[in-house]
Amino acid sequence: MALNKPTPPIIQDPTPFATEVIAQLSSKFSLLNQENQYGSWAIQVSPADYFSVVSDLKSRHHFTMLTDLCGVHYVEPEPVLAVVAHLHHLPERSRVFVSVHLPMDDPSIDSLVSLYDAANWMERETYDFFGIIFKGHPNLVRILNEDSMTVFPLRKGFPLEDATREDKDDRMFGR
Amino acid sequence: MTPDKKTVTVNLGPTHPATHGVFQNIIELDGERIVEAESTVGYIHRAFEKLSEHRPFYQITPITDRLNYCSSPINNIGWHLTVERLLGVQTNKRIDYMRIIIMELARIADHIVCNGILGVDSGAFSGFLYVFQQRESIYEIYEEICGSRLTTNIGRIGGFERDFSDVAIAKLRHFLDEFPKVLSEFESLFDRNRIFMDRTIGVGAISAERALAYGFTGPNLRAAGVDYDCRVAEPYSGYTDFEFDIPIGQNGDTYDRYLVRNQEMWQSLHLIRQALDAMPDDDYHVHVPEFYLPPKAQVATVMEALIYHFKVVMGEIPVPKGTVYSAVEGANGELGYYLISDGGRSPYRLHFRRPCFIYYQAFPEMVKGALLSDAVMTMSSLNLIAGELDA
Repeated sequence: MALNKPTPPIIQDPTPFATEVIAQLSSKFSLLNQENQYGSWAIQVSPADYFSVVSDLKSRHHFTMLTDLCGVHYVEPEPVLAVVAHLHHLPERSRVFVSVHLPMDDPSIDSLVSLYDAANWMERETYDFFGIIFKGHPNLVRILNEDSMTVFPLRKGFPLEDATREDKDDRMFGR
Repeated sequence: MTPDKKTVTVNLGPTHPATHGVFQNIIELDGERIVEAESTVGYIHRAFEKLSEHRPFYQITPITDRLNYCSSPINNIGWHLTVERLLGVQTNKRIDYMRIIIMELARIADHIVCNGILGVDSGAFSGFLYVFQQRESIYEIYEEICGSRLTTNIGRIGGFERDFSDVAIAKLRHFLDEFPKVLSEFESLFDRNRIFMDRTIGVGAISAERALAYGFTGPNLRAAGVDYDCRVAEPYSGYTDFEFDIPIGQNGDTYDRYLVRNQEMWQSLHLIRQALDAMPDDDYHVHVPEFYLPPKAQVATVMEALIYHFKVVMGEIPVPKGTVYSAVEGANGELGYYLISDGGRSPYRLHFRRPCFIYYQAFPEMVKGALLSDAVMTMSSLNLIAGELDA
């Protein structure tokens, strides 16, 4: 056994279909960032373009499945809340991740419910944990946390455990 | 209740024997017909995504156990595959095939629960008892491989913590001999059973278009006639080496979902047999000392082993920065892990794509206009697991 450094991961190329789709998208919209994430294209668009990009991917390129939608709280270089929509083209076996960065003081974005019914609960979950407002959502209320909660627990500032609690013995495990 | 109100509000759940988990459905009834349904979820939310941001990678495996606890090994291995993808670890064929065997066993165990309970909900108890004995056999195989039964914590990043013992192989062979008989018996009890067919055909049907719009995956989507399966669409863990069929349904109703699950069990058996026969003699884990605990005997004698033991336990291991989405075919759909790593000891963000959280939102649409008793059957056939739904 010897100490060794981790090897850099092997990253596949995205499918030619996905690359072609991204090329067509970039001629129509301005993509702020484009990155190969382990074999799938991840693009970042502006909040104003977000809905039309997803709508274009669905109607023109037939990305019929919204696999998932989630929020991310980036704290560096500057704090932003991100929304990532995972789109999937089933016959071509291609995924595209569309992300959008929103300012902390006004995290609002167009809802995808009119395009994908599946977005309903995904957006409610994202609102529940990150406080991102989805404009045009039919029922934007908390889903997993209790209704009376006032904080958004997956934001980085929210502590995992209440630091003031006294019912745990700290001497052994240094909580 | 206002005097002119024509409908009755019924709370199905949160703790109703027919909901098999903590689900609340507020149902508006006109006689026995459902006019409207509303689902409430979140009763057993345990903040797994937040917890994961504070745990080293190897400590997240037991968290994934508690997602779909009917098929924990698939969740464990799905997580290991995600981390291996991030790290760029290539596993050998023996590990791949061992994983396939365990994942397919888990799929069978999960489908046994779903179809067995579906029978119970329609009033047939004996089929459930027959197949549950076989589920016990599967749990004994898990026990032989990893030491636990329900929340398995099976395998490690980079392989397994121990090889299959001779007892495990013997139990596996015994299961492969016994289970087909029981499954045939189970099928003969239900497949052409007049009462069962009346209770399930046309109940809770969803079209392929609506199923796709609602993000259905797994057997529920395949019952609607879409042949999407992660094992074929995005092969992982050596599934390409074997032959198996993807059963699909036609009408997307409860009966089709039942049939698809049964056929999948036959295919899983077929896969396990192939994998068991083709399993080469090799190491049961790859050389990733940064994530794989060294043998205990070495820790006391070899310095590097002690260093790695310390580093693994404390989670002081550099990982590449990056974002990776990796999906496995869970027993009830596409189970995805969206992992953002900033190079730290724990994920910067980890999001679980839980299949039943996403497809459960179609439930009100599926039961609208149906009878109350059909709602119970529909819910049962969707294979909802509260632990996964609420994460």
